[in-house]
Amino acid sequence: MIELAGVTKSYGALPVLRTIDASFRQSRVCAIVGPNAAGKTTLIKVILGLVRPDGGEVRIDGAPTDAAGTYRARIGYMPQTARYPDSLTGAELVAFLTELRGGIGHAPLDEELLDLLGVRSSLDKPFSTLSGGTRQKINAATAFLFRPDILILDEPTAGLDPLSSSLLKDKILAERERGRTVLVTSHVMSELETIADDVVCLLDGRVRFAGSLGALKQETRETTLERAIAHLMIREAAA
Amino acid sequence: MSTVGRIAVRQAGDIVRSRWVLAYVAFFVVATEGLLRFAGGDTRTLVSLANVMLFVTPLVTIVFGAVYLYNAREFTGLLLTQPISRSSVFAGLYLGLSATLIGAWLAGVGLPLVLRGMLMTPDTGRAVFVLLAAGVALTAVFSALATLIAVRVDDRLKGLGVAIAAWLGLALVYDGVVLIVVATFGDGPIEPVTLALMALNPVDLARVSILLQLDAAALLGYTGALFHRVFSGSGALLAAGALTIWIAAPLALASRAFRNKDF
Repeated sequence: MIELAGVTKSYGALPVLRTIDASFRQSRVCAIVGPNAAGKTTLIKVILGLVRPDGGEVRIDGAPTDAAGTYRARIGYMPQTARYPDSLTGAELVAFLTELRGGIGHAPLDEELLDLLGVRSSLDKPFSTLSGGTRQKINAATAFLFRPDILILDEPTAGLDPLSSSLLKDKILAERERGRTVLVTSHVMSELETIADDVVCLLDGRVRFAGSLGALKQETRETTLERAIAHLMIREAAA
Repeated sequence: MSTVGRIAVRQAGDIVRSRWVLAYVAFFVVATEGLLRFAGGDTRTLVSLANVMLFVTPLVTIVFGAVYLYNAREFTGLLLTQPISRSSVFAGLYLGLSATLIGAWLAGVGLPLVLRGMLMTPDTGRAVFVLLAAGVALTAVFSALATLIAVRVDDRLKGLGVAIAAWLGLALVYDGVVLIVVATFGDGPIEPVTLALMALNPVDLARVSILLQLDAAALLGYTGALFHRVFSGSGALLAAGALTIWIAAPLALASRAFRNKDF
Protein backbone atom coordinates (compact mmCIF):
# COMPACT_ATOMS: atom_id res chain seq x y z
CA MET A 1 0.00 0.00 0.00
CA ILE A 2 1.30 3.42 -0.99
CA GLU A 3 0.05 6.45 0.89
CA LEU A 4 0.55 10.10 0.13
CA ALA A 5 -0.12 12.39 3.07
CA GLY A 6 -0.45 16.13 2.49
CA VAL A 7 1.98 16.18 -0.43
CA THR A 8 2.52 19.65 -1.90
CA LYS A 9 4.80 20.78 -4.68
CA SER A 10 5.32 24.01 -6.60
CA TYR A 11 7.71 24.70 -9.43
CA GLY A 12 8.77 28.21 -8.57
CA ALA A 13 5.56 30.19 -8.14
CA LEU A 14 3.48 27.58 -9.97
CA PRO A 15 1.69 25.17 -7.64
CA VAL A 16 1.51 21.70 -9.23
CA LEU A 17 0.29 19.59 -6.33
CA ARG A 18 -1.85 21.25 -3.65
CA THR A 19 -2.11 18.99 -0.61
CA ILE A 20 -2.53 15.57 -2.12
CA ASP A 21 -3.84 12.76 0.08
CA ALA A 22 -4.22 9.46 -1.70
CA SER A 23 -3.61 5.78 -1.19
CA PHE A 24 -3.02 2.95 -3.61
CA ARG A 25 -3.90 -0.56 -2.55
CA GLN A 26 -2.38 -3.93 -3.24
CA SER A 27 -3.81 -6.15 -5.99
CA ARG A 28 -5.44 -3.15 -7.61
CA VAL A 29 -4.73 -1.23 -10.77
CA CYS A 30 -5.21 2.46 -10.11
CA ALA A 31 -5.57 4.88 -12.99
CA ILE A 32 -4.26 8.37 -12.34
CA VAL A 33 -6.17 10.62 -14.68
CA GLY A 34 -6.66 14.31 -15.28
CA PRO A 35 -6.15 16.94 -17.96
CA ASN A 36 -2.72 17.96 -19.20
CA ALA A 37 -0.61 19.65 -16.55
CA ALA A 38 -2.86 18.36 -13.77
CA GLY A 39 0.17 16.99 -11.93
CA LYS A 40 -0.01 13.28 -12.84
CA THR A 41 3.63 12.83 -13.75
CA THR A 42 4.73 14.99 -10.82
CA LEU A 43 2.70 12.79 -8.48
CA ILE A 44 4.40 9.68 -9.82
CA LYS A 45 7.80 11.30 -9.57
CA VAL A 46 7.16 12.24 -5.96
CA ILE A 47 6.50 8.56 -5.16
CA LEU A 48 9.72 7.61 -6.97
CA GLY A 49 11.73 10.29 -5.20
CA LEU A 50 12.63 11.99 -8.48
CA VAL A 51 10.79 15.12 -7.41
CA ARG A 52 11.27 16.44 -3.88
CA PRO A 53 7.91 17.50 -2.42
CA ASP A 54 7.71 20.83 -0.59
CA GLY A 55 5.61 19.25 2.12
CA GLY A 56 3.95 16.01 3.17
CA GLU A 57 5.28 12.50 2.92
CA VAL A 58 5.03 9.26 1.01
CA ARG A 59 4.64 6.04 2.99
CA ILE A 60 4.98 2.53 1.67
CA ASP A 61 3.34 -0.08 3.90
CA GLY A 62 3.31 2.53 6.64
CA ALA A 63 7.03 3.36 6.48
CA PRO A 64 8.11 6.78 5.19
CA THR A 65 10.33 6.58 2.11
CA ASP A 66 14.03 6.84 2.93
CA ALA A 67 16.59 9.17 1.37
CA ALA A 68 18.89 6.24 0.53
CA GLY A 69 16.19 5.00 -1.82
CA THR A 70 16.24 1.35 -0.73
CA TYR A 71 12.44 1.31 -1.04
CA ARG A 72 12.85 1.68 -4.80
CA ALA A 73 13.99 -1.95 -4.92
CA ARG A 74 10.26 -2.69 -4.67
CA ILE A 75 9.28 -0.42 -7.56
CA GLY A 76 9.33 -1.05 -11.29
CA TYR A 77 8.97 2.18 -13.25
CA MET A 78 8.21 2.77 -16.88
CA PRO A 79 8.75 6.43 -17.82
CA GLN A 80 6.71 8.12 -20.54
CA THR A 81 9.68 8.08 -22.87
CA ALA A 82 13.00 6.64 -21.87
CA ARG A 83 16.14 8.09 -23.37
CA TYR A 84 19.17 5.89 -23.03
CA PRO A 85 22.79 6.70 -23.91
CA ASP A 86 23.15 6.18 -27.67
CA SER A 87 25.88 3.61 -27.46
CA LEU A 88 24.14 1.51 -24.80
CA THR A 89 22.51 -1.77 -25.84
CA GLY A 90 19.43 -3.31 -24.24
CA ALA A 91 21.47 -6.25 -22.95
CA GLU A 92 23.94 -3.86 -21.31
CA LEU A 93 21.07 -1.92 -19.79
CA VAL A 94 19.60 -5.10 -18.28
CA ALA A 95 23.03 -6.20 -17.00
CA PHE A 96 23.72 -2.75 -15.54
CA LEU A 97 20.35 -2.47 -13.78
CA THR A 98 20.80 -6.00 -12.43
CA GLU A 99 24.20 -5.04 -11.00
CA LEU A 100 22.79 -1.87 -9.46
CA ARG A 101 20.07 -3.93 -7.80
CA GLY A 102 22.67 -6.09 -6.15
CA GLY A 103 23.13 -8.76 -8.79
CA ILE A 104 21.04 -11.73 -9.69
CA GLY A 105 20.53 -13.99 -6.74
CA HIS A 106 17.15 -13.88 -5.09
CA ALA A 107 14.66 -14.25 -7.92
CA PRO A 108 15.30 -14.95 -11.59
CA LEU A 109 14.47 -12.02 -13.85
CA ASP A 110 11.00 -11.78 -15.34
CA GLU A 111 11.89 -11.66 -19.02
CA GLU A 112 8.44 -12.60 -20.26
CA LEU A 113 7.77 -9.24 -21.90
CA LEU A 114 11.06 -9.29 -23.81
CA ASP A 115 9.80 -12.42 -25.57
CA LEU A 116 6.13 -11.44 -25.82
CA LEU A 117 6.96 -8.06 -27.37
CA GLY A 118 9.58 -9.67 -29.60
CA VAL A 119 12.48 -7.44 -28.63
CA ARG A 120 14.97 -10.06 -27.52
CA SER A 121 16.73 -9.94 -30.90
CA SER A 122 17.10 -6.14 -30.58
CA LEU A 123 18.87 -6.36 -27.23
CA ASP A 124 22.36 -6.49 -28.70
CA LYS A 125 21.87 -3.36 -30.81
CA PRO A 126 22.70 0.15 -29.53
CA PHE A 127 19.64 2.20 -28.59
CA SER A 128 20.53 4.85 -31.18
CA THR A 129 19.79 2.33 -33.96
CA LEU A 130 16.43 1.22 -32.53
CA SER A 131 13.05 2.66 -33.48
CA GLY A 132 11.03 4.60 -30.92
CA GLY A 133 8.58 1.71 -30.64
CA THR A 134 11.29 -0.86 -29.96
CA ARG A 135 12.85 1.39 -27.34
CA GLN A 136 9.46 1.77 -25.71
CA LYS A 137 9.01 -2.03 -25.64
CA ILE A 138 12.37 -2.50 -23.94
CA ASN A 139 11.42 0.32 -21.60
CA ALA A 140 8.21 -1.58 -20.74
CA ALA A 141 10.00 -4.89 -20.26
CA THR A 142 12.59 -3.42 -17.87
CA ALA A 143 9.82 -2.17 -15.54
CA PHE A 144 8.73 -5.77 -14.92
CA LEU A 145 12.21 -7.30 -14.93
CA PHE A 146 12.87 -7.42 -11.21
CA ARG A 147 9.40 -8.70 -10.19
CA PRO A 148 8.61 -5.52 -8.21
CA ASP A 149 5.65 -5.33 -5.77
CA ILE A 150 4.81 -1.92 -7.13
CA LEU A 151 4.52 -1.02 -10.80
CA ILE A 152 4.41 2.60 -11.87
CA LEU A 153 3.64 3.03 -15.55
CA ASP A 154 3.51 6.50 -17.10
CA GLU A 155 1.64 6.43 -20.41
CA PRO A 156 2.71 2.82 -20.96
CA THR A 157 1.04 2.25 -24.30
CA ALA A 158 2.05 5.53 -25.96
CA GLY A 159 3.95 4.65 -29.11
CA LEU A 160 3.11 0.94 -28.99
CA ASP A 161 1.28 -0.91 -31.76
CA PRO A 162 -2.13 -2.41 -30.90
CA LEU A 163 -0.78 -5.93 -30.44
CA SER A 164 2.05 -4.87 -28.12
CA SER A 165 -0.24 -2.59 -26.22
CA SER A 166 -2.79 -5.37 -25.61
CA LEU A 167 -0.02 -7.79 -24.57
CA LEU A 168 1.24 -5.18 -22.13
CA LYS A 169 -2.25 -4.74 -20.71
CA ASP A 170 -2.57 -8.51 -20.24
CA LYS A 171 0.74 -8.46 -18.42
CA ILE A 172 -0.46 -5.65 -16.15
CA LEU A 173 -3.58 -7.62 -15.25
CA ALA A 174 -1.56 -10.79 -14.64
CA GLU A 175 0.70 -8.86 -12.27
CA ARG A 176 -2.33 -7.53 -10.43
CA GLU A 177 -3.41 -11.13 -9.85
CA ARG A 178 0.01 -11.74 -8.28
CA GLY A 179 -0.81 -9.06 -5.71
CA ARG A 180 1.11 -6.14 -7.16
CA THR A 181 0.12 -2.54 -6.67
CA VAL A 182 -0.15 -0.93 -10.10
CA LEU A 183 -0.34 2.81 -10.90
CA VAL A 184 -1.04 3.79 -14.49
CA THR A 185 -1.47 7.11 -16.21
CA SER A 186 -2.77 7.50 -19.72
CA HIS A 187 -4.50 9.96 -21.97
CA VAL A 188 -6.56 7.20 -23.51
CA MET A 189 -9.49 6.76 -21.13
CA SER A 190 -11.01 3.84 -23.00
CA GLU A 191 -7.79 1.97 -22.50
CA LEU A 192 -7.63 2.66 -18.78
CA GLU A 193 -11.24 1.58 -18.48
CA THR A 194 -10.30 -1.98 -19.46
CA ILE A 195 -7.62 -2.38 -16.78
CA ALA A 196 -8.36 0.03 -13.93
CA ASP A 197 -10.03 -0.98 -10.67
CA ASP A 198 -9.64 2.41 -9.03
CA VAL A 199 -9.42 5.96 -10.28
CA VAL A 200 -7.65 8.97 -8.84
CA CYS A 201 -8.64 12.07 -10.75
CA LEU A 202 -6.41 15.10 -10.45
CA LEU A 203 -7.71 18.52 -11.42
CA ASP A 204 -5.50 21.54 -11.04
CA GLY A 205 -3.21 19.86 -8.52
CA ARG A 206 -5.99 18.53 -6.28
CA VAL A 207 -7.57 15.11 -5.93
CA ARG A 208 -11.07 15.62 -7.35
CA PHE A 209 -12.08 12.00 -7.07
CA ALA A 210 -10.57 8.90 -5.51
CA GLY A 211 -12.37 5.58 -5.44
CA SER A 212 -13.39 2.62 -7.53
CA LEU A 213 -14.23 2.95 -11.19
CA GLY A 214 -17.82 1.85 -10.41
CA ALA A 215 -18.20 4.50 -7.73
CA LEU A 216 -16.98 7.17 -10.14
CA LYS A 217 -19.52 6.20 -12.78
CA GLN A 218 -22.25 6.11 -10.17
CA GLU A 219 -21.33 9.51 -8.78
CA THR A 220 -21.24 11.17 -12.17
CA ARG A 221 -24.07 9.07 -13.64
CA GLU A 222 -21.97 8.38 -16.72
CA THR A 223 -21.34 5.06 -18.41
CA THR A 224 -17.73 5.47 -19.52
CA LEU A 225 -14.59 6.65 -17.78
CA GLU A 226 -13.99 9.27 -20.43
CA ARG A 227 -17.41 10.85 -19.92
CA ALA A 228 -17.15 10.58 -16.16
CA ILE A 229 -13.83 12.48 -16.15
CA ALA A 230 -15.22 15.03 -18.60
CA HIS A 231 -18.19 15.43 -16.23
CA LEU A 232 -15.80 16.12 -13.31
CA MET A 233 -13.89 18.64 -15.40
CA ILE A 234 -17.00 20.50 -16.45
CA ARG A 235 -18.28 20.53 -12.88
CA GLU A 236 -14.91 21.89 -11.74
CA ALA A 237 -14.93 24.61 -14.39
CA ALA A 238 -18.44 25.66 -13.39
CA ALA A 239 -17.56 25.86 -9.71
CA MET B 1 32.32 -3.17 -6.84
CA SER B 2 30.45 -0.38 -5.11
CA THR B 3 27.47 1.34 -6.69
CA VAL B 4 29.54 4.49 -7.21
CA GLY B 5 32.22 2.49 -9.01
CA ARG B 6 29.67 0.76 -11.24
CA ILE B 7 28.11 4.05 -12.30
CA ALA B 8 31.55 5.64 -12.85
CA VAL B 9 32.73 2.72 -15.00
CA ARG B 10 29.50 2.80 -17.03
CA GLN B 11 29.82 6.55 -17.59
CA ALA B 12 33.51 6.24 -18.47
CA GLY B 13 32.71 3.53 -21.03
CA ASP B 14 30.04 5.76 -22.51
CA ILE B 15 32.45 8.73 -22.76
CA VAL B 16 35.16 6.64 -24.44
CA ARG B 17 32.67 5.28 -26.95
CA SER B 18 31.60 8.81 -27.87
CA ARG B 19 35.10 9.15 -29.46
CA TRP B 20 35.46 12.83 -28.54
CA VAL B 21 37.80 11.86 -25.81
CA LEU B 22 39.92 9.89 -28.28
CA ALA B 23 40.32 13.05 -30.37
CA TYR B 24 41.43 14.79 -27.18
CA VAL B 25 44.09 12.11 -26.57
CA ALA B 26 45.19 12.29 -30.20
CA PHE B 27 45.52 16.07 -29.97
CA PHE B 28 47.88 15.84 -27.00
CA VAL B 29 49.90 13.01 -28.55
CA VAL B 30 50.41 15.08 -31.69
CA ALA B 31 51.17 18.26 -29.73
CA THR B 32 53.63 16.52 -27.42
CA GLU B 33 55.37 14.56 -30.17
CA GLY B 34 55.51 17.62 -32.40
CA LEU B 35 57.02 19.82 -29.72
CA LEU B 36 59.51 17.14 -28.71
CA ARG B 37 60.65 16.67 -32.31
CA PHE B 38 60.88 20.33 -33.26
CA ALA B 39 62.04 21.89 -30.02
CA GLY B 40 64.10 19.02 -28.68
CA GLY B 41 63.57 17.34 -25.35
CA ASP B 42 64.60 20.17 -23.06
CA THR B 43 62.63 22.27 -20.65
CA ARG B 44 61.59 24.73 -23.38
CA THR B 45 59.43 21.95 -24.79
CA LEU B 46 57.82 21.61 -21.41
CA VAL B 47 57.08 25.35 -21.26
CA SER B 48 55.33 25.18 -24.64
CA LEU B 49 53.48 22.07 -23.59
CA ALA B 50 52.44 23.72 -20.35
CA ASN B 51 51.08 26.71 -22.27
CA VAL B 52 49.06 24.43 -24.56
CA MET B 53 47.75 22.50 -21.58
CA LEU B 54 46.81 25.58 -19.54
CA PHE B 55 44.75 26.81 -22.47
CA VAL B 56 43.20 23.59 -23.82
CA THR B 57 42.60 21.39 -20.79
CA PRO B 58 40.28 23.74 -18.86
CA LEU B 59 38.31 24.59 -22.02
CA VAL B 60 37.83 21.02 -23.22
CA THR B 61 37.09 19.72 -19.73
CA ILE B 62 34.45 22.30 -18.84
CA VAL B 63 32.70 22.30 -22.24
CA PHE B 64 32.87 18.55 -22.85
CA GLY B 65 31.95 17.87 -19.23
CA ALA B 66 28.87 20.11 -19.33
CA VAL B 67 27.71 18.72 -22.70
CA TYR B 68 28.23 15.19 -21.48
CA LEU B 69 26.30 15.73 -18.25
CA TYR B 70 23.44 17.43 -20.09
CA ASN B 71 23.22 14.48 -22.47
CA ALA B 72 23.27 12.06 -19.55
CA ARG B 73 20.47 13.90 -17.76
CA GLU B 74 17.67 11.52 -18.70
CA PHE B 75 19.78 8.49 -17.99
CA THR B 76 20.62 10.08 -14.64
CA GLY B 77 16.88 10.26 -14.01
CA LEU B 78 16.60 6.56 -14.82
CA LEU B 79 19.42 5.74 -12.39
CA LEU B 80 17.57 7.67 -9.70
CA THR B 81 14.54 5.39 -10.05
CA GLN B 82 16.74 2.48 -8.96
CA PRO B 83 17.31 1.60 -5.29
CA ILE B 84 20.41 3.75 -4.95
CA SER B 85 20.99 7.05 -3.20
CA ARG B 86 21.38 10.37 -4.94
CA SER B 87 24.84 10.86 -3.48
CA SER B 88 26.04 7.59 -5.09
CA VAL B 89 24.69 8.67 -8.46
CA PHE B 90 26.32 12.08 -8.08
CA ALA B 91 29.70 10.66 -7.08
CA GLY B 92 29.53 8.12 -9.91
CA LEU B 93 28.81 10.82 -12.48
CA TYR B 94 31.67 13.05 -11.33
CA LEU B 95 34.19 10.24 -10.98
CA GLY B 96 33.29 8.76 -14.37
CA LEU B 97 33.75 12.12 -16.06
CA SER B 98 36.89 13.33 -14.29
CA ALA B 99 38.68 9.96 -14.29
CA THR B 100 38.16 9.52 -18.03
CA LEU B 101 39.45 13.00 -18.87
CA ILE B 102 42.39 12.58 -16.48
CA GLY B 103 43.19 9.26 -18.16
CA ALA B 104 43.01 10.97 -21.55
CA TRP B 105 45.40 13.70 -20.40
CA LEU B 106 47.89 11.23 -18.95
CA ALA B 107 47.72 9.04 -22.05
CA GLY B 108 48.10 11.95 -24.49
CA VAL B 109 50.92 13.83 -22.78
CA GLY B 110 52.28 11.42 -20.19
CA LEU B 111 52.93 8.45 -22.46
CA PRO B 112 55.16 10.25 -25.02
CA LEU B 113 57.10 11.96 -22.21
CA VAL B 114 57.49 8.83 -20.12
CA LEU B 115 58.42 6.68 -23.13
CA ARG B 116 61.28 9.09 -23.83
CA GLY B 117 62.41 8.68 -20.27
CA MET B 118 61.85 12.35 -19.46
CA LEU B 119 60.18 11.54 -16.17
CA MET B 120 63.33 9.71 -15.05
CA THR B 121 65.88 12.26 -16.30
CA PRO B 122 67.15 14.31 -13.33
CA ASP B 123 66.90 17.74 -14.99
CA THR B 124 63.40 17.29 -16.46
CA GLY B 125 61.87 14.66 -14.17
CA ARG B 126 60.54 17.03 -11.55
CA ALA B 127 59.13 19.44 -14.13
CA VAL B 128 57.42 16.61 -16.06
CA PHE B 129 55.91 15.32 -12.85
CA VAL B 130 54.59 18.76 -11.87
CA LEU B 131 53.25 19.31 -15.40
CA LEU B 132 51.35 16.00 -15.34
CA ALA B 133 50.09 16.66 -11.80
CA ALA B 134 48.95 20.18 -12.74
CA GLY B 135 47.02 18.75 -15.72
CA VAL B 136 45.36 16.19 -13.45
CA ALA B 137 44.44 18.87 -10.92
CA LEU B 138 43.05 21.26 -13.55
CA THR B 139 40.98 18.46 -15.10
CA ALA B 140 39.55 17.63 -11.68
CA VAL B 141 38.80 21.32 -11.00
CA PHE B 142 37.11 21.99 -14.33
CA SER B 143 35.16 18.71 -14.19
CA ALA B 144 33.85 19.89 -10.83
CA LEU B 145 32.90 23.27 -12.32
CA ALA B 146 31.21 21.54 -15.29
CA THR B 147 29.26 19.36 -12.85
CA LEU B 148 28.18 22.40 -10.83
CA ILE B 149 26.99 24.18 -13.99
CA ALA B 150 25.13 21.16 -15.37
CA VAL B 151 23.33 20.61 -12.05
CA ARG B 152 22.48 24.24 -11.37
CA VAL B 153 21.60 25.54 -14.86
CA ASP B 154 18.69 23.60 -16.34
CA ASP B 155 18.80 25.13 -19.80
CA ARG B 156 21.65 23.45 -21.63
CA LEU B 157 22.37 26.33 -24.00
CA LYS B 158 22.59 28.72 -21.09
CA GLY B 159 24.72 26.17 -19.26
CA LEU B 160 27.17 26.01 -22.16
CA GLY B 161 27.34 29.79 -22.16
CA VAL B 162 28.11 29.81 -18.44
CA ALA B 163 30.78 27.11 -18.98
CA ILE B 164 32.52 29.11 -21.69
CA ALA B 165 32.23 32.30 -19.64
CA ALA B 166 33.75 30.54 -16.62
CA TRP B 167 36.65 29.35 -18.76
CA LEU B 168 37.16 32.78 -20.34
CA GLY B 169 37.09 34.37 -16.91
CA LEU B 170 39.58 32.03 -15.29
CA ALA B 171 41.91 31.41 -18.23
CA LEU B 172 42.02 34.86 -19.86
CA VAL B 173 40.12 37.72 -18.25
CA TYR B 174 41.49 37.08 -14.77
CA ASP B 175 45.09 37.51 -15.90
CA GLY B 176 44.15 40.75 -17.60
CA VAL B 177 42.70 42.02 -14.33
CA VAL B 178 45.82 40.95 -12.45
CA LEU B 179 47.95 42.81 -15.00
CA ILE B 180 45.86 45.95 -14.60
CA VAL B 181 46.20 45.72 -10.82
CA VAL B 182 49.97 45.27 -11.12
CA ALA B 183 50.27 48.14 -13.62
CA THR B 184 48.14 50.47 -11.52
CA PHE B 185 49.72 49.78 -8.16
CA GLY B 186 53.14 48.81 -9.49
CA ASP B 187 54.92 51.38 -7.36
CA GLY B 188 53.94 49.91 -4.02
CA PRO B 189 54.78 46.51 -2.50
CA ILE B 190 52.55 44.62 -4.93
CA GLU B 191 53.96 41.10 -4.70
CA PRO B 192 51.91 39.84 -1.75
CA VAL B 193 48.74 41.02 -3.53
CA THR B 194 49.72 39.36 -6.83
CA LEU B 195 50.57 36.22 -4.95
CA ALA B 196 47.16 36.21 -3.28
CA LEU B 197 45.41 36.92 -6.59
CA MET B 198 47.24 34.04 -8.27
CA ALA B 199 46.36 31.66 -5.47
CA LEU B 200 42.68 32.43 -6.06
CA ASN B 201 42.76 31.18 -9.65
CA PRO B 202 43.34 27.47 -10.36
CA VAL B 203 44.83 28.13 -13.81
CA ASP B 204 47.37 30.57 -12.35
CA LEU B 205 48.18 28.17 -9.55
CA ALA B 206 48.92 25.46 -12.10
CA ARG B 207 50.95 27.84 -14.26
CA VAL B 208 53.10 29.12 -11.41
CA SER B 209 53.63 25.60 -10.05
CA ILE B 210 54.95 24.44 -13.42
CA LEU B 211 57.03 27.53 -14.27
CA LEU B 212 58.82 27.41 -10.95
CA GLN B 213 60.16 23.98 -11.85
CA LEU B 214 61.77 25.37 -14.98
CA ASP B 215 64.62 27.69 -15.81
CA ALA B 216 62.00 30.08 -17.07
CA ALA B 217 61.32 31.00 -13.43
CA ALA B 218 64.37 33.22 -13.61
CA LEU B 219 62.50 35.36 -16.16
CA LEU B 220 59.92 36.21 -13.56
CA GLY B 221 62.42 38.45 -11.79
CA TYR B 222 61.73 39.59 -8.24
CA THR B 223 58.18 38.21 -8.31
CA GLY B 224 59.59 34.91 -9.50
CA ALA B 225 62.03 34.91 -6.64
CA LEU B 226 59.23 35.61 -4.19
CA PHE B 227 57.08 32.87 -5.70
CA HIS B 228 60.05 30.59 -5.60
CA ARG B 229 60.48 31.22 -1.91
CA VAL B 230 56.78 30.78 -1.17
CA PHE B 231 56.10 27.90 -3.53
CA SER B 232 59.14 25.76 -2.84
CA GLY B 233 58.71 23.75 0.32
CA SER B 234 55.48 24.58 2.12
CA GLY B 235 54.34 26.59 -0.92
CA ALA B 236 53.85 23.43 -2.97
CA LEU B 237 51.60 22.11 -0.25
CA LEU B 238 49.77 25.42 -0.26
CA ALA B 239 49.22 25.22 -4.02
CA ALA B 240 47.98 21.64 -3.68
CA GLY B 241 45.70 22.74 -0.86
CA ALA B 242 44.27 25.63 -2.86
CA LEU B 243 43.63 23.35 -5.86
CA THR B 244 41.93 20.83 -3.59
CA ILE B 245 39.60 23.58 -2.38
CA TRP B 246 38.95 24.42 -6.04
CA ILE B 247 37.78 20.82 -6.53
CA ALA B 248 35.93 20.39 -3.25
CA ALA B 249 34.01 23.68 -3.13
CA PRO B 250 32.22 23.41 -6.52
CA LEU B 251 31.58 19.71 -5.85
CA ALA B 252 30.04 20.45 -2.46
CA LEU B 253 27.75 23.09 -3.99
CA ALA B 254 26.85 20.78 -6.90
CA SER B 255 26.19 17.85 -4.60
CA ARG B 256 23.83 19.89 -2.45
CA ALA B 257 21.95 21.13 -5.51
CA PHE B 258 21.81 17.58 -6.91
CA ARG B 259 20.29 16.24 -3.67
CA ASN B 260 17.42 18.74 -3.85
CA LYS B 261 16.93 18.74 -7.59
CA ASP B 262 13.73 17.64 -9.34
CA PHE B 263 14.19 15.25 -12.25
